[in-house]
Amino acid sequence: MVENHSSPKKSLMQKVTETQLYRAIFRVGVPKNRRQRAMIILNNVFLHLHPIRLPKHAVKVKYTWCMGGLSFFIFLVLTVTGILLMFYYRPTVEYAYGDIIDLREQVPLGLMREIHRWGAHLMVITVWLHMFRVFMTGSYKPPREFNWMVGVILLVLTMLMSFTGYLLPWDQLAIWAITVGSNMAGATPFLGAAGPGSSLLALGDVNFVTSGSDARFAMLGGRFVGEASLLRFYVLHCIGLPFVIMIFMIIHFWRVRKDGGISGPT
Amino acid sequence: MDRRSFLKWMAVGWAAFAAVVAGYGTIVMRYFFPNVLFEPKQSFRAGFPDDYAAGEVSERWKDKHGVWIVRDSQRIYALMAVCTHLGCTPNWLDNESKFKCPCHGSGFYKSGINFEGPAPRPLERAKIILGDDGEIIVDKTVRFYQEKGEWDDPESFILA
Repeated sequence: MVENHSSPKKSLMQKVTETQLYRAIFRVGVPKNRRQRAMIILNNVFLHLHPIRLPKHAVKVKYTWCMGGLSFFIFLVLTVTGILLMFYYRPTVEYAYGDIIDLREQVPLGLMREIHRWGAHLMVITVWLHMFRVFMTGSYKPPREFNWMVGVILLVLTMLMSFTGYLLPWDQLAIWAITVGSNMAGATPFLGAAGPGSSLLALGDVNFVTSGSDARFAMLGGRFVGEASLLRFYVLHCIGLPFVIMIFMIIHFWRVRKDGGISGPT
Repeated sequence: MDRRSFLKWMAVGWAAFAAVVAGYGTIVMRYFFPNVLFEPKQSFRAGFPDDYAAGEVSERWKDKHGVWIVRDSQRIYALMAVCTHLGCTPNWLDNESKFKCPCHGSGFYKSGINFEGPAPRPLERAKIILGDDGEIIVDKTVRFYQEKGEWDDPESFILA
């Protein structure tokens, strides 16, 4: 666009679109042709995650069920609501349960905790349905077999997010569910004190894998579900696992693009 | 620097890097096992034998130490209040004279023998001895298993 200084009257819109700032942000202009449409997608950090062009089948809900996209969407919802919950929740034996009750009864928009909880249930369902769809359409086959494995890791991480979040309300259900779950870790071969082969890792009379040094202990930070367990699960739930899950999501989405985009009927 | 020594130093460099990463990883692993635990001690003094009536299942130490002291006609023994199914804490039901786990319904006789529900083996018994002053000492780090025939071990009970 050539600036015309002789023109006396300019609309406000024209003035705005001619500023250096506006043109630095919106570089391509109005998408009037294929090239400009492609350039807009390419030059935007958020849009460039999408392919420049979509195959027709990619928007066919009957084929994809949109379950992968929904899983990611719910993950974003859980991230936002989770951060909001962190403003009120204190991960200590003394306060945790009371804070959860307060979040429902005293805090405005008390739905936030409910959204987080139901969203978590929903995400497990959508991830499972996503994998079911990918399996049924054979989309795990080459060249996508690597991404299937990344997906399996993401499934495990989703489960771990659920597991660690389960303890945080600190009610009876939470404490005993984690007691049961962590006892399974205690039965890990070699690494759990109650597991097979744990007595093999010993030097003379000194056993290295005991209730104070096994996989279950590393999880709980103690011999039973207590203060240390609550803190460990909180840190893993809010920082540790989301960090890992995001790395694998980046790989997952990147891989979808590199392996020929979203899979469709062949 | 010629190619041979360059490769040699590369190898040394990578080996050092790998060693540092491995060492750091080890330290981080160790970091998750603190030196001090703020938990009740694994062994405790549980009063005198006369504190327990014959036929009684005492819940005196259940909350703090997770142990029932049981006195039958001949012996006093310490039962671990940990369900052998998945580790929940059973309740002693005096009317029905049994231990009942609220999680999945496992039931145990007063002796600790399992008779209903998913529990695969009897409750464990802890080491129980008399101290020099005649007081009972329970040590939870030593366990006795009925299925291994250890309940007649002299440290698994004291004569009432």
